[in-house]
Amino acid sequence: MTAPLIVLAWHDWFNLFAHFLLLSLMSIGGAISTTSEMHRFLVEQHHWLTQAQFNDSIAIAQAAPGPNVLFVALMGWNVGMNAGSTVAAMLGVAVTMLGILMPSTFLTYVASQWGHRNRHLRVVRAFKQGMAPLVIALLMATAWILASAGGHGAADWRLWLVALVSCLIIWRTKVHLLWVLGAGALLGALQLL
Amino acid sequence: MDKGGAAGHNAGMSSLPFEHIAASSAPHRPASLRELFIAFTWLALQGFGGVLVVVQRELVERRQWLTHDEFVEDWAVAQVLPGPNVVNLSLMFGGRMFGLPGALTALAGLLAAPLVIVLLLAVLHTRFAGYPAVEGALRGMAAVSAGLIGATGLKLSVALARNPVPLAWCVAIAVIGFVLIALLRMPLLYVMAGLGGLGCVLAWRRLRA
Repeated sequence: MTAPLIVLAWHDWFNLFAHFLLLSLMSIGGAISTTSEMHRFLVEQHHWLTQAQFNDSIAIAQAAPGPNVLFVALMGWNVGMNAGSTVAAMLGVAVTMLGILMPSTFLTYVASQWGHRNRHLRVVRAFKQGMAPLVIALLMATAWILASAGGHGAADWRLWLVALVSCLIIWRTKVHLLWVLGAGALLGALQLL
Repeated sequence: MDKGGAAGHNAGMSSLPFEHIAASSAPHRPASLRELFIAFTWLALQGFGGVLVVVQRELVERRQWLTHDEFVEDWAVAQVLPGPNVVNLSLMFGGRMFGLPGALTALAGLLAAPLVIVLLLAVLHTRFAGYPAVEGALRGMAAVSAGLIGATGLKLSVALARNPVPLAWCVAIAVIGFVLIALLRMPLLYVMAGLGGLGCVLAWRRLRA
């Protein structure tokens, strides 16, 4: 057992919670869009996380099943582990996840119930249908950004090929997603990518 | 099963072209909170690298609880509101089916099991981080999940043909939006306000008729 890397007092926990409450309200387009602010707060300002822990939290959540927002739980976990115990890590998960979820959840629930009750209003219909082309653009952009995450441009042509082929398979066939993911994992594990 | 058949059928049958957005026109719905919880747990556990693709496959294609068009509309709202998109979508869907208990049930289903798994993985990762096979597998899965998201975008683009915004405008907005976000990395907020606003104004004008 090593000595804790950081010491967190109660007001630090509160500070962490309050910051994630605030981030929740800024997370338009998903929690991932506030990562630069999380980095500034957790790594640069308070040194509660190392750079490697920050990067790994995002990478592991990407590879794991479930919503990407779970990277926030991993950051909370790592902050707690740095503070010295599994109990603190659990507290970290609770504090960061409740913080990032509560405000946006409340807002979404209220707004969508309102929208559903007023779904015949022209302004509601115009908003929902008018956003559709941009929604498609966002999906294609997310795919592009994820595919280029290797960071080596054209040198990553194998990764691009895998992305393109899996795109065509899922678009055009009924093959289950997990088979395609498994094939990608296998190719990668065999060092073919 | 005919993909998106429900949406197409409704659009064709309705005398008012865009009337079908109002009703829940999907052929099926969850029977109970239990079924809702299981459905969201199941789709969350399949969602490697993000859940969106699986939501579309499970809720639209397999269970048919949502039509293509409803999914695109809900997704638009989920994007614009703060918070994780899939979390917002689960809240909206659960809430529409069963009110607040439904919203919380869908959210719990989405998060509970994956949270346990991701924490276990974090513990394992500290032990196996150095292995090249592990790093390679992660890289391969990331590439596939990029392709899956692209495929979802292509599938949903069929909904644009029934949109009140003229198709040429839809294509222009989608292409320019892609360039601004993916290639020029513009902040999402500006793109949403600009191009999203343009789409809404165009839809607003056409819906008057």
